[in-house]
Amino acid sequence: MEHVSELVDWSRAQFALTALYHWIFVPLTLGLSFIIAIMETVYVKTNDEWWKKTTQFWMTLFAINFALGLATGIIMEFEFGTNWSNYSWIVGDIFGAPLAIEGIMAFFLESTFFAIMFFGWNKVSKKTHLLSTWLVAIGSNLSALWILIANGWMQHPVGMVFNPESARNEMVDFWAVVLNPNAYSKFLHTISSGYVLASLFVIAVSSWYLLRGREIKFAKRSIIVAASFGMITSLYMLASGDESAHQVALKQPMKLAAMEGIYRGEERQGLVAAGILNPAKTIGDDKLDTFLVKVEIPYVLSVLGYHSLDAFVPGVNDIVYGNEKHNVMSVSQKMVIGKEAVTALGQYKIAQKANDEIAKQEALKRFEASEKYLGYGYLKDPKEAVPDMPLVFYSFHTMVGLGSFFIFIFFMILYNSMTGDILKQKWLLLLGVLSLPLGYVAQEAGWIVAEAGRQPWAIQDMLPVSMATSNIAAGNVMITFWMFAFIFTALLIAEVSIMTKQIKIGPEGH
Amino acid sequence: MRLGKKLWLIIFLKLFILFAVVKLLFFPNFLDEKFKTEKEKSAYIMDSLTTSK
Repeated sequence: MEHVSELVDWSRAQFALTALYHWIFVPLTLGLSFIIAIMETVYVKTNDEWWKKTTQFWMTLFAINFALGLATGIIMEFEFGTNWSNYSWIVGDIFGAPLAIEGIMAFFLESTFFAIMFFGWNKVSKKTHLLSTWLVAIGSNLSALWILIANGWMQHPVGMVFNPESARNEMVDFWAVVLNPNAYSKFLHTISSGYVLASLFVIAVSSWYLLRGREIKFAKRSIIVAASFGMITSLYMLASGDESAHQVALKQPMKLAAMEGIYRGEERQGLVAAGILNPAKTIGDDKLDTFLVKVEIPYVLSVLGYHSLDAFVPGVNDIVYGNEKHNVMSVSQKMVIGKEAVTALGQYKIAQKANDEIAKQEALKRFEASEKYLGYGYLKDPKEAVPDMPLVFYSFHTMVGLGSFFIFIFFMILYNSMTGDILKQKWLLLLGVLSLPLGYVAQEAGWIVAEAGRQPWAIQDMLPVSMATSNIAAGNVMITFWMFAFIFTALLIAEVSIMTKQIKIGPEGH
Repeated sequence: MRLGKKLWLIIFLKLFILFAVVKLLFFPNFLDEKFKTEKEKSAYIMDSLTTSK
């Protein structure tokens, strides 16, 4: 048991490390590609060489980020095959389709036109070049779509049946997988957060120039584009976040309870805008207060989560121990049904070996009646169904708090740029520079909410992480964890130093 | 060194490290290494799913 727990912890830590580092590079690519396309469109429309120079400078920074981030995601596929072989086998057919489409369509679209965008300035017409730039932006965002369809399926598996003959989930409805509402809300929220980060990046670099009194014309133009783009996309991010939370409320109520720190659910549930969790509070304890201090907005969570003022929002204790009044089944009940599914699978296996068709059909019928809660059959204790509450709660509130702060920053910078006062507002420019690292913090916090909030599941309700790993030595995973930590840190240092050097050179020296 | 050359160097170095070193030496496919046929892999996964850890 100890070996399994250590193996799962190291495998999860390695995957988290890879995903979090990979996500340093991706959102900037998603957003900066569109900002560049907008700038180049202005150049083609106005024929103003200044806009060409501006576009080319941001394109150079985009290329640095693209080159350093390239292939960092492929490591996750290595990890699937080595550390998570049970998981990869079980989901193989579902992941295969979106990831293959991603590789063939989006990646090639992105890469082909990237070459024209970067090397084709004097080789193709202005309009062809502009089209290539837009296609790079669309291609990189389409890549994200297919990846997030795969991720959305893990959060809310649809469109498949589990075949005990092959021990795999087999896709029976491609469109149910592609049009999974969880995937779409996640995709829209994720790409819009990338647009916000890229806007913060352009604002931070431009603010730095303005504070140093250099590249004034260039920085003022860039900052207006970035603040406008950031203002629109951050409002959209807010709306898509609302839809994303609605999907979580419907499909992953435990995650929502952890995000909001709810132990005992209520009708007309308020939204905790900010708070400090009581560290002494434990699952099942109804005596201690959940928060040491909190700011709560009444009724809002019921409205946002379930679009009804009177809606009941279940808490951790309701989900773990059940709530008859509100028809919430306890984890213990689900565990009983899950164990029936596991037993039925075992009987199917025996019947398969004995070549007994009648017994196979009977076992299959029993399995199908209980497979909805298959994953619960592997839990040893109902409390295992609860994710790390403080991690999810604080990550969620960090993300939301920073997202709201970015809307304020975009508004203030846009307003002062339009009135021509931006150079006088040194404090705002300084805030513009400091907002960039906060943008990355918000990005990573978002993924921690999505993935740590799903625990203990690798696939929601179907496969816990403890059953998803390969039977390998935990020490091997630990060694490769530190190897990746070194490689990724080296890449990050390279990214920051090359990027900083290029920014110091500036658009004039480009 | 010019920026373009530096980026190409980083890309090739990174791809070499990831595919020729990391993938080959540290990340074999667990199921491919242990089993030859799809049937054997299915049977192994079924055993995993029906045997408590």
